[in-house]
Amino acid sequence: MIPGTAWLVLFFLAPLAIIWAISFGENTSLVKTEITGTLDNYWRALSDVVYLKIIWKSLWISLLSTALCLAIAYPISFLISFAKDKWKPLLLMIVILPFWINLLIRTYALIAVFRTRGFANFGLEWIYNTLQLDHLFGAFEPLPLLYNNFAVIAGLVYVFMPFMVLPLYASIERLDKSYLEASLDLGASQSRTFWSVTVPLTMPGIVSGLILVFIPMLGSFLTPDLLGGTNAQMIGNVIERQFKAANDWPFGAALSFLLMYVTFGALAIRSVLSGRKSGMEV
Amino acid sequence: MSEPIISIRNVNKEFPGVMAVDNASFDIEANEFFALLGPSGCGKTTLLRMIAGFETPTSGEIIIDGQDISHVPANQRPVNMVFQSYAVFPHMSVIDNVGYGLKVTGVPANEISTRASEALERVKLGNLANRKPDQLSGGQRQRVALARALVKRPKVLLLDEPLSALDAKLREQMQLELAHLQEDVGITFIIVTHDQDEALSMADRIAVMHEGRVDQIAAPDVLYEQPHNRFVADFIGKVNLFEGTVTGARGKTVSIDTAGLGKVQVPHAEAADGSVSLAVRPEKVRISKTAPRSKSVMGTKGRIADWAYYGDVSHMFVETEKGLRIGVIIQNETRKTVDAMDVGDIVHVYWSPEDTLLLNS
Repeated sequence: MIPGTAWLVLFFLAPLAIIWAISFGENTSLVKTEITGTLDNYWRALSDVVYLKIIWKSLWISLLSTALCLAIAYPISFLISFAKDKWKPLLLMIVILPFWINLLIRTYALIAVFRTRGFANFGLEWIYNTLQLDHLFGAFEPLPLLYNNFAVIAGLVYVFMPFMVLPLYASIERLDKSYLEASLDLGASQSRTFWSVTVPLTMPGIVSGLILVFIPMLGSFLTPDLLGGTNAQMIGNVIERQFKAANDWPFGAALSFLLMYVTFGALAIRSVLSGRKSGMEV
Repeated sequence: MSEPIISIRNVNKEFPGVMAVDNASFDIEANEFFALLGPSGCGKTTLLRMIAGFETPTSGEIIIDGQDISHVPANQRPVNMVFQSYAVFPHMSVIDNVGYGLKVTGVPANEISTRASEALERVKLGNLANRKPDQLSGGQRQRVALARALVKRPKVLLLDEPLSALDAKLREQMQLELAHLQEDVGITFIIVTHDQDEALSMADRIAVMHEGRVDQIAAPDVLYEQPHNRFVADFIGKVNLFEGTVTGARGKTVSIDTAGLGKVQVPHAEAADGSVSLAVRPEKVRISKTAPRSKSVMGTKGRIADWAYYGDVSHMFVETEKGLRIGVIIQNETRKTVDAMDVGDIVHVYWSPEDTLLLNS
C-alpha cells in the first residue's frame, strides 16, 4: 500500500496540486510566477468567447470521435470474440500492433494518407477513373482531406481505437453466449437480441471504452496540431501553447483545470444517470 | 398410435473429425416425457441443440408436428429450451424475463402480464415477480427459466441437464416437480441428462446414447431389466458381467461355458452363439455363509473383499478364486444384518438363472 500511495502522491497528486496552485497566480517576470490567489486566469478563460468556443468544439469533436470509435469497435470486438480460438490472439495482436509504433510516426503516416496527393486521394482517383466517371463529370478533383476537422476526427478515431476495442472485447468475451441463444429460442430476431440482450449485458465494457477514449481525446493536442492545421485546434493545443510558446503557466493551468471540471461533470452525469436507471429497474 | 410430435429421421451431425450424432432415427409421441441419456460426449446435447435450432444436421430430417424444421431458424421453431446455465437475463426482473418471449413476438401488453403472472404462479414464484435474478437462488432461477419457456406454449419443451447445478435434496424434489408439471401442462418434454436416476425416475421413455449412436429406446423398467447390449446394461445401474462362449441351445435355454462360473444354463428367447456376456444386477444376487439349498440357482464361492455401508443398503464385493469380482447389494433390513458377515469371510453368492441376462458382446 505505502509504495503505491507514495508513488501516487509524489508523481500525480503533488504535480496536480502545484498546477492547481499556479492557476491562482500571475506572472511577475519572464521566469517567475507568483501565487497571489487571483481568479483572473479563470475569469479570462470564461469571459473570452474564443476559449469557450474552443472548449465547445473540443467537446463535440471528442464526442463525435468517441461515438465513431464505438460504432467501429463494436463489430470488430464482436468478430474477434466469435472468431475461432486459434485466431483470437492474432486478431487482437493486429488491433494492438499500432501501439508498437510511436504516435508521432503514426500521425505523420496519416498525413501521407490524407494529403492532396496522398494514398486516399490516389485510391479515390483510381476508383473514379475505373468507373469512367471522368467522362461524365470531368477530371478527378482531389478531396481536401487534411488540415480540417475531418482529419482530426479520423486521426483521433484511429489513434484511440484499441482503447475501445479492448474493453469491449473483454466484456463480449465474458458474455455467456447462452443468453443470446435463449433470446433467439424465445422468438427474438437477431437484431432484437442484439439491442435487448447483447448491448445491455456488455454495457460495462461500452462505458469503460467510452470513458477511456473520451477523456484523453478531449485533452489531445498532437493529433489536432499535426492534422488539424490552424483552424482546427482543440483545447489541448491552447493549453500546450500557454505552457510553451506563450509562457503563461497560470493561464494554462486555469484552462487545464477547467477542462478537468468538464470531465468530472461528464463522469458525474454518467453516474447519476446510471444510478437513476438501476433505481427504476429494481 | 397418433402422429408423433417429433420425428428424427436419419439425422447425422459431423463435427471436424467427430461424428457427434450418427444416424439417429426415432419418434417422440405427444405428451411424452422423453429422456436422452448418455455419458458426456455421447451426442445427446448436440441432438437436443439440433431440435432447438442451434446446430444444423449434416444430413437427415427433424420433423416437428408434421413440418420439416431442419432448416427453420431457432427463433421460428415451436420449441423452447431450458438451458443448463438457465440463461435467465440478469438485467431484467423475473416478470420481464418471463414476458420477454411474448414481448418480442408482439403479444399485447395486457396479455403478456396475465400470461407471465400465470406462468410464475405455476412454478410457485408469484411472490418474486419483481426480483432481479441475482436475488434468487439457483433453484428459483431454474423455475424462472421454466416459466419463461412454458409461457410460450411450445409444442415441445427441451431441457438441457436441468438439474445438474442443484444440490442433491433440491434435485430430488425438482425431479418430482418436473414430472408433475409435465402431466399438468400436457407438453412434450425432452430432457438431456447424464444422470441415470434422473432419467429413470422422470421419463416415460429413455434413449440411451453412446458415441453418437442411439443404443436403445425403451421405458425405464425395460431398459433396466432387458438392456440390449453391454453398454446399456453397464451404464444404467450397476451390473456384474461374465464373459463366456455359447456351447449349445435347447428350447429356450442356452448353455454357456464361462471362465468363472463353469458351465451354466440361462433362459434366452433369441438364438445366440459365439462369445457372449452374462449380466446380473447386484441387488438380485444373494449372499450367505451357508450353501444355497435350491439346486436351480447359479453362483460361486468367494471371499468378501470390500464392504461399503450406505445406511439403507450395503454394497459388497466378493472375490472368487478365479479372479472374478462380484458386486452384491443387500438391504440392511434389520440392525443385525451388517453384523452377520465381515470382510474376509468366505461366502456363497448365487442368483436365479431368470435374473441373468445374455448379452451379445
